[in-house]
Amino acid sequence: MKHVARSTLVALLLTPVLATGALAGSEDVVVENAWSRASIGTSRPGAAYMEIRNAGDEAVTLTGLQSDLAMMSEIHRVTTDARGVSTMAPAGAIVIAPEETVAVAPGVMHVMLMHLRRPMQEGESFPLTLTFLDGGEVTVAVPVLGIAARGPEG
Amino acid sequence: MTVRTAGRILIGIAAFALVWLLLWADYRAAQVEKGGPGFQAAFELTDHQGMIRTQEDFAGRWMLVFFGFTNCPDVCPTTLAEVAAVMEGLGDDAARVQPLFISVDPERDTPSMLAEFVPRFDARLVGLTGTPEQIDRTADSFHIYYEKVEQAAAPGGYAIGHSSQLFLFGPDGAYVQSWSYGTPVAEILAGLKRQMPS
Repeated sequence: MKHVARSTLVALLLTPVLATGALAGSEDVVVENAWSRASIGTSRPGAAYMEIRNAGDEAVTLTGLQSDLAMMSEIHRVTTDARGVSTMAPAGAIVIAPEETVAVAPGVMHVMLMHLRRPMQEGESFPLTLTFLDGGEVTVAVPVLGIAARGPEG
Repeated sequence: MTVRTAGRILIGIAAFALVWLLLWADYRAAQVEKGGPGFQAAFELTDHQGMIRTQEDFAGRWMLVFFGFTNCPDVCPTTLAEVAAVMEGLGDDAARVQPLFISVDPERDTPSMLAEFVPRFDARLVGLTGTPEQIDRTADSFHIYYEKVEQAAAPGGYAIGHSSQLFLFGPDGAYVQSWSYGTPVAEILAGLKRQMPS
């Protein structure tokens, strides 16, 4: 909740800036190849993947994600240590340099969709909104593929 | 026996225990690194249909074994999807390979939880779980690690860090090789075809 409150505050503070069109950076963010896997019911967390490209010439910082599908959406990073043990942890804010693409891909990072409000059904898609430090937002439709999908092509 | 003598004996025992513990930890670490020659798949667990299964049930077939938990949103479904693709890619040879998904979350992963999750990826996959003690023993015998990681937003308040390799065992149950998480399916398939005489 704290997180939501903060995002709202940032959005409110930046509304005048938005209105004058002086937004720095996030309007140049392009989200491509978004996909997710179908879920079984709502008891387990879901995951979504995508490529986030900064086509502008200023660094942008991704600070949060929202979706009506899940009560809480967060980017998690997977790390695998020398013993081959994999663990995941919130990735925090992600800075994307100009011309850089961040791959939110299996085994690297995923958007963890926690407390699903409805099952993720193959063939549907859901909107996911990415929020940036400058107050800008990018909304992308994430297609839900089969449970055994391995990439945006299925 | 004076108090002093008793104290010395106790200190002696403690020192001995410490040395033994250090040696044992060292030995375990070395075994994991080598994969351990002569290391045999050994387990007694319950499958997703509620049947007791041991390595004996799969004797004569190659076993592809990996560990995970059904509340895992990324690594486990990805590995399950990859193993499904490997089975697909094996064609007729798939009949000689048994893929096994072993839960490291005995508290949440009941056989019925596994039943609604594991076979969706490939009908040939068998999910295995057990009591916390059985899972501990299985992890020991496979030389793998797992540990609860607190995660407030996850169901039950925790996620599990775990060994994410895919292990291959021969028809005699002996360890053959492992692939680290993220190895492309084509590479796993090529490795399998090299290992399995046609």
